[in-house]
Amino acid sequence: MTYMPQLDRRSFLAGSAAAGFSFGFAIPSSGDALAQGAASGGAAPEVNAWVVIRPDDTVVIRIARSEMGQGTLTGLAQLVAEELECDWSKVTTEFPTPGQNVARNRVWGDFSTGGSRGIRESHDYVRKGGAAARMMLIEATAREWKVPAAECKAENSVITHAPSGRSIRYGQVAAAAAKIEPPKDVKLKDPKDWKIAGKPLKRLDTADKVVGKMVYGIDVKLPGMLSAAILDCPVFGGKLKSFDAAAIQSMKGVRKVVPVDDTAVAVIADTWWQAKTALEKLPVVWDEGANGKVQQADIDKMLAGGLDAEQAFVGNQNGDVKAALAGAARKIEAVYSYPYQHHVTMEPLNATAVYAAERCEVWTSTQNGEAALAAVIAASGLPADKCEVHKTFLGTGFGRRGRSDYVDQAVKIAKQMPGTPIKLLWSREEDMAHGSYHPITQCRLTAGLDDKGNLSALHMRISGQSILAGLFASRLAGGKDPAVFQGLNASGETSLGYSVDNLLIDHAMRNPHVPPGFWRGVNVNQNAIYVECFIDELAHATGQDPLAFRLELMDKHPKNRAVLQAVADRAGWGKPAPAGVHRGIAHFMGFGSYVAAVSEVSLSGDGKLKIHRIVAATDPGHAVNPAQIERQIEGSFVYGLSALIYGECTVKDGRMEQLNFDTYEVMRLREMPKVESIIMPSGGFWGGVGEPTICVAAPSVLNAIFAATGKRFRTFPLKNHGISMA
Amino acid sequence: MVSLSVNGKAHDIDVDPDTPLLWVLREQLGLTGTKYGCGIAACGSCTVHVDGEAVRSCAMPVSAMEGKKVVTIEGLAVDGVLHRVQQAWVDLDVPQCGYCQAGMIMAVAALLNATPKPTDAQIDEAITNVCRCGTYPRVRAGIHHAAANA
Ligand code: FES
Ligand code: FES
Repeated sequence: MTYMPQLDRRSFLAGSAAAGFSFGFAIPSSGDALAQGAASGGAAPEVNAWVVIRPDDTVVIRIARSEMGQGTLTGLAQLVAEELECDWSKVTTEFPTPGQNVARNRVWGDFSTGGSRGIRESHDYVRKGGAAARMMLIEATAREWKVPAAECKAENSVITHAPSGRSIRYGQVAAAAAKIEPPKDVKLKDPKDWKIAGKPLKRLDTADKVVGKMVYGIDVKLPGMLSAAILDCPVFGGKLKSFDAAAIQSMKGVRKVVPVDDTAVAVIADTWWQAKTALEKLPVVWDEGANGKVQQADIDKMLAGGLDAEQAFVGNQNGDVKAALAGAARKIEAVYSYPYQHHVTMEPLNATAVYAAERCEVWTSTQNGEAALAAVIAASGLPADKCEVHKTFLGTGFGRRGRSDYVDQAVKIAKQMPGTPIKLLWSREEDMAHGSYHPITQCRLTAGLDDKGNLSALHMRISGQSILAGLFASRLAGGKDPAVFQGLNASGETSLGYSVDNLLIDHAMRNPHVPPGFWRGVNVNQNAIYVECFIDELAHATGQDPLAFRLELMDKHPKNRAVLQAVADRAGWGKPAPAGVHRGIAHFMGFGSYVAAVSEVSLSGDGKLKIHRIVAATDPGHAVNPAQIERQIEGSFVYGLSALIYGECTVKDGRMEQLNFDTYEVMRLREMPKVESIIMPSGGFWGGVGEPTICVAAPSVLNAIFAATGKRFRTFPLKNHGISMA
Repeated sequence: MVSLSVNGKAHDIDVDPDTPLLWVLREQLGLTGTKYGCGIAACGSCTVHVDGEAVRSCAMPVSAMEGKKVVTIEGLAVDGVLHRVQQAWVDLDVPQCGYCQAGMIMAVAALLNATPKPTDAQIDEAITNVCRCGTYPRVRAGIHHAAANA
């Protein structure tokens, strides 16, 4: 189908304008579009919380989750439109605000966008929203025509009554439908009857992105706005001792130098460039505290201690691992580790805040609008109904924008200049110095094999950092962080795809002072490397084919088997690869989806690695938009492989050493392998899309490198082993 | 005072001459389509055209623009008709978050000016912009698509 994407920003603005906030600011726009959008949007009543239909038949679908590139906005709109039976070419979207959600008793549910949950945890109620709106449109029409609703049919934004030959457009009946009592019993379509959902439709949000009009948080501009640059103590946990504002006060554009909490200092200036330039000249004294002496080697040693520790939290256990290992014909052991990683969101962190005694509003790119609102309420000290957050599009999030630390700071800065809107933007260096780092872990795997080479026992000891302990200590279960065991659990949405008679997977929690966070794929990244590379080691050590060895252990895991077999078949596993090319295989489960990959690599004598092709498969249960799933698979591989090859944040004197792309390299276009995706939804469940596949990229490449060289790399990134990209 | 031409319009701007072009575009001229990603010429988000060549504007003092013609993503479409690279991006649904794409599109447009039908090797060589979303396969396809539509 040929489809011109609609603009989202107009309706976003329309929503904001209609709500009539006291500051009355709107973000900049391209002129007439705003006026028209606001006019028609303001006039059209909503059919229900999810659907607004304008007289010109434009369908505005409300999207509660954030859009950071993952395509959830389009997927959710497809699900609503499917049930609404509307004309897809007339669909546009808008983000309700977190404040509206609070005021309306959370009618839009959860705003939080992470853990690949955007669609899989809201598909039911958004589809019901679309279906209910359709039923109300039909009911309104039936009443007007005085015919039974059952005789009316809705299709492509038109309701027809076959017996009388009448028809009416949605735009003509929407106002009447808005007054209809919402239906109580709403039935959803069988996914096999889908016409809009399940189809590889193009994104709804492309048009503005190719002409530079899409408004991200960093682009927000308000009348009279000033800009702020910030410097937080580079040592995590350190404090701000003093700063000499007088030294920079006379620099051009500088308005004010302010402390932020007891850890940071910000310069407010006419432009951000002036603020940043002045901040660099500001004399600051820090109290670095004891953390200022921590080195990476100390952290590594702390984790190594956990590998042998007595106390550990058990994540998955069956049989008697100790006895089985003691009695095994052969024992194999390996220790792996995975370093700190940084999100490096393409758009550096920012938030624009305006504070006055009676009101505080923030414009920002956030993955969690409601958490951002909570941060505004807390930092401003104002009641909830006096605070608001306006969500913009995100220049990526990857989990980093689930935290609201930058929102908190923006409000605290704005509070020191009441009435003036201030945009806080972190420099890239500030961003990399104050991340929510992918946690660091080490892992010792010990396998017991019988005399035929069958795996009889497996002990997997993880030592390292807990994200929950760092971010939400209240969610620990008796001290244990269940998220550590992603992909390793006995059952559930992130379970281990193998059955081993005697199994123990446990975690010795070791929390260095570096703040951890959720990073695309979270703990499946390293857990998949640990399991899938070690299983590969076992296969090779016992002279077995890595695929066959895995399948032996997967009798009880048919869905894991299916994706694994699919990539093996497509890649030609067992058949010769092109000359000089070697294959590696891996599979895993994460975020409710089953994923697998075969990578094909070659490695020259001088360490030049080329990843030629990756065949990937995913079974996400339902595939709402296969075209976007393909893009997420490719994108997740770029993210995961960037980390494998280049990614590492290391601590020196208590602070991070890597502060920009020059020291934290990422993959570029020329390094990108060909990716062939197999999307094989088996139905009956809803799995995630943005994250699951990330975890099979690294182990499949590592296993291919072993096949090519006989070398097993167990510490990362690969650049530390003299490997570079061909 | 610095004089420069941006998207065909002449500007005299009262700004510290060391200010990078990127920030003059974004803050003085309100052209926020050009993005900040690193500030050290390492990611390409801030790519614009200076006299037809792709330039990373974050590391380019505005004073060096005196008498030069700057084109930004906002000026790439002519009379509302998308440049063929922009059209290819729409046709193939290239952007994910889109944040890097203004720079990506400007880099690609400059490549196609110099090399109308680039080979994959030439693309590898010329397009070094970072895309954290990982749109690289679509970018490559988009370049070939745009080249074919010349
Ligand atoms: S912002 Fe200029 S190259 Fe990154
Ligand atoms: S499209 Fe998001 S960073 Fe490139």
